[in-house]
Amino acid sequence: MNRIAWITVIVLGLLAPFAVYPVLMMELLCFALFACAFNLLLGYSGLLSFGHAAFFGGAAYICGYAVTAWHLGPLQGILIGTAFAGGLGLVFGVLAIRRQGIYFAMITLALAQIIFFLCLKMPFTGGEDGLQGVPRGMLFGFIDLNKPLNMYYTVFAIFMICFWLIWRAVNSPFGQVLSAIRENEARAISLGYSVERIKLLAFVLSATLAGTAGATKSIVFQTASLTDVSWHTSGEVILMTLVGGMGTLLGPVVGAFTIVGLQHELSSIGSWVTVIIGLTFIVCVLVFRRGMVGELTRLWKRSF
Amino acid sequence: MKKLACSLACAAALGLSVTAPVNAAGISNGEVKIGVLSDMSGVYSAIGGKGSVVAAEMAVHDFGGTVLGKPIKIVSADHQNKADVGSAVAREWIDKDHVDMITDILNSAVGIAVQKLASEKHTITMNTGAGSTALTNKDCTKYGIHYLYDTYALPVGTATAIVKGGGTSWYFITADYAFGHSLQNNTETIVKSLGGEIKGAVQAPLGTSDFSSYLIQAQGSGAKVIGLANAGADTINAIKQANEFGIVQKGQQLAGMLVFISDVKSLGLDTAKGLQFTTGYYWDRNDASRKFGNAFYAKFGKMPTMDQAGVYSAVLNYLKAVKAAGTDNADAVRAELGKMKIDFFGSVGHIRADGLNVHDMYLVKVKSPKEFNPNVGHGWDLLKVEATIPGDKAYMSLAQGSCKLVKK
Amino acid sequence: MGLPLDAVLAQAMLGLTQGAFYAVLSLGLAVIFGLLNIINFAHGALYMLGAFLALIGLNQLGGWIGAPDFQINFWAALVLAPLLVGLFGILIERTMLSRLYKFDHLYGLLLTFGVALVLQGFFTNYYNVNGTPYPGTPASLRGIVNLGFMYFPKYRLFALAASLVVCFITWYVIERTKLGAYLRAGTEKPELVQAFGINVPLMITLTYGFGVALAGLAGVLAAPIYSVGPLMGANVIITVFAVVVIGGMGSILGSILTGLALGMVEGITKVVYPPAANTVIFFVMVIILLVRPAGLFGREV
Repeated sequence: MNRIAWITVIVLGLLAPFAVYPVLMMELLCFALFACAFNLLLGYSGLLSFGHAAFFGGAAYICGYAVTAWHLGPLQGILIGTAFAGGLGLVFGVLAIRRQGIYFAMITLALAQIIFFLCLKMPFTGGEDGLQGVPRGMLFGFIDLNKPLNMYYTVFAIFMICFWLIWRAVNSPFGQVLSAIRENEARAISLGYSVERIKLLAFVLSATLAGTAGATKSIVFQTASLTDVSWHTSGEVILMTLVGGMGTLLGPVVGAFTIVGLQHELSSIGSWVTVIIGLTFIVCVLVFRRGMVGELTRLWKRSF
Repeated sequence: MKKLACSLACAAALGLSVTAPVNAAGISNGEVKIGVLSDMSGVYSAIGGKGSVVAAEMAVHDFGGTVLGKPIKIVSADHQNKADVGSAVAREWIDKDHVDMITDILNSAVGIAVQKLASEKHTITMNTGAGSTALTNKDCTKYGIHYLYDTYALPVGTATAIVKGGGTSWYFITADYAFGHSLQNNTETIVKSLGGEIKGAVQAPLGTSDFSSYLIQAQGSGAKVIGLANAGADTINAIKQANEFGIVQKGQQLAGMLVFISDVKSLGLDTAKGLQFTTGYYWDRNDASRKFGNAFYAKFGKMPTMDQAGVYSAVLNYLKAVKAAGTDNADAVRAELGKMKIDFFGSVGHIRADGLNVHDMYLVKVKSPKEFNPNVGHGWDLLKVEATIPGDKAYMSLAQGSCKLVKK
Repeated sequence: MGLPLDAVLAQAMLGLTQGAFYAVLSLGLAVIFGLLNIINFAHGALYMLGAFLALIGLNQLGGWIGAPDFQINFWAALVLAPLLVGLFGILIERTMLSRLYKFDHLYGLLLTFGVALVLQGFFTNYYNVNGTPYPGTPASLRGIVNLGFMYFPKYRLFALAASLVVCFITWYVIERTKLGAYLRAGTEKPELVQAFGINVPLMITLTYGFGVALAGLAGVLAAPIYSVGPLMGANVIITVFAVVVIGGMGSILGSILTGLALGMVEGITKVVYPPAANTVIFFVMVIILLVRPAGLFGREV
């Protein structure tokens, strides 16, 4: 992304809460970050994880619990949630990283289902009720996050920092090696790269950032619930990434905005939303496999 | 004469201008907005759902369409049985749409989350759909009203009647979440206090589709009564499969702790006959309930469940309170609700400091196909009322409760 | 545990019935995976479709065509519903899936995920999410029989037997007949089989149709036991995935035996520690995949 693009994104982000209901904006940003983190894995490493909800939801629970029970500040809560997701990502990664394709998807799914079970049964999670009444608290001890704009700009700052991190990672030598592995793993091995370790690193990074998104969401909505860890959430993030365009930097953001926006705007028409999202997905897979951003970029490049 | 009229009008105008500042804002934002937050497409949608919206609209209509000269508006949304979705909707309603009261809120998890949030934002909730006693105990709030039933009231009538009728040993099939556990605990207490025996319990995951394994375990326990501490689809599946395995024919009795008339309708009388349970409303109980039931049927094509009837009554009484208080200011309305008599289809209740609406409950029994009269109630002649449980017996007393708002 | 033998046998019997459903469903998935190399995410939704076709045929079809007394009874539905589901599958394969073979196999999974969402959303709009009981159990299959150690519903016994027969026939056709040999060869070396004059694309289409027809059949068989509801497929699909993966992707025998075995494991869990009943399969899956990465009956890649 060049400087103009960055400035546009930042200006839009700063002005957004005056045009859109701030809490909706925060939800969009949380899912956008989740999708970006997921894209780091699917789009740049070619690994399809079907268990990312475990990191997203797991971090939400840990963060929610930390600020509720230990009375930590929101930032500490998010950091602890993020760290937890990173650790969990390491465990998942070590167990799953040697598997390929479908097997990788399935073992991450199975592990995530186990996390789901733990979130249901552990004494501190509130079972089916989830964690409720998580306090938003004071950022740095003096910024009151109960004020919508304060909360929004905090979320926006978190999003931009993580987004910048992903951008750096993708454009670093590490990102280049990842792409090389995705394109031709055998070749990368023969070039002397320790492929498994690089993949594992990507996995842990992706899990960590997914955790940041989940932890932030639990502060914004003041809850952590089983929905966040269910396999449907894992499916939804795949959807967002694909619709927006995997392997593109902005694609997951666009995808998340589209899907969450659709769900929000069309919530009055009941489960037709599911039908519409399903159809969108089918059309994307059949016609726009590069996703919205991917296809647009291609058209753009072609026309010049 | 003219002079007198003028001076009366002037006095009235003067009176108004004097009272207006006292009543904080009168009606804020020029209208009274009531939000019906329910499960519109999920497992509880037959209990509340679109029927709750119809009931709320009927209440507005029956009230006259306006309050204190201002229009009344109903908005509705689907919480999908997710606490996060529910509180997000409630947040947006209160922040952006200036909703003054939220009702229905089926599902205890959503109910607790929304009640907490709404109270932080000084908004009244009148929960008719959720059962958890936490709403008026551990999680009680200043603006949260638990209107219709709770997991304490449900087993009082049912378990007492069954134990006294000879069902002295119990085995529970419990939905494995807070609601099910609290239902089981409260029922156990009653059974034991009457000298009954608990043979055991099994915790079935929420949303189990096949209860056969648990039913066979219950059968093996030799208990006389199988208590179903669950709700909705879980209850329906359990009763249906108990029938399939011939559990009742083999001499064991089923006791549904939370059953709605829509469940009975879906099961059919052949399967459900003889089932006893406690309810807050049955359409064929008295003239007032019949009047609402038939009017609702004319609009919706189904008789109302107790939740839908509860929404109707809650909205009506809320509007009465707004009128009496002369404002939609939450503090004033809440105070008024605490003072006034709550009319519930001909019976009278009152709302306590912990937010609980204390009113009569009814023990009902599902009719057998022989007792069913197809000419009554459009095919909804399903239940008979066996006993009335007075409000003070049905509900936990303030002294037993643990609400921090109650001074002891 | 000190459980009486009768109780253990009873639970095993219940688990076996559940397992038989898993077996039929995962068998369909395995057949499809074997030849098309895609994971059919729509399998659960097509299972639901089968059940709904049976319900609609019994309750509503007569009214729609203006002959209120006309009903498709259970036996007719048992044949017609899988056929219709199969045709629907063929339609999906011809119009959509076939365009994706040249891309990554994951796109097949994603496409069928979309199909599942559409079907599920569609039925949620028109039917009670709680499920509608299917009232058409044939009179000859109502009531219970005494198995010695327990009283068991006749219908469940029938469903168990029917599932086992279907599994056996499918296994026999694929592993022991010439037709099956072509199929297996088509999996390994499609170009070569094509060169022998066999229409491989047609074979793929028919295989997909057959695989999803099995899901439709399981749906009809399940209708009288469970309520027919729009979410019945979504609830079972993840478990069936686990069965296929544990059995070894694409292994016919593996999916049948694993399905039956995991049904029993689940049944036992319902006695020992019920809250884990829905999760135990995933514990098994993680352990199996760590020890045998290609599943119990799968070949190492």
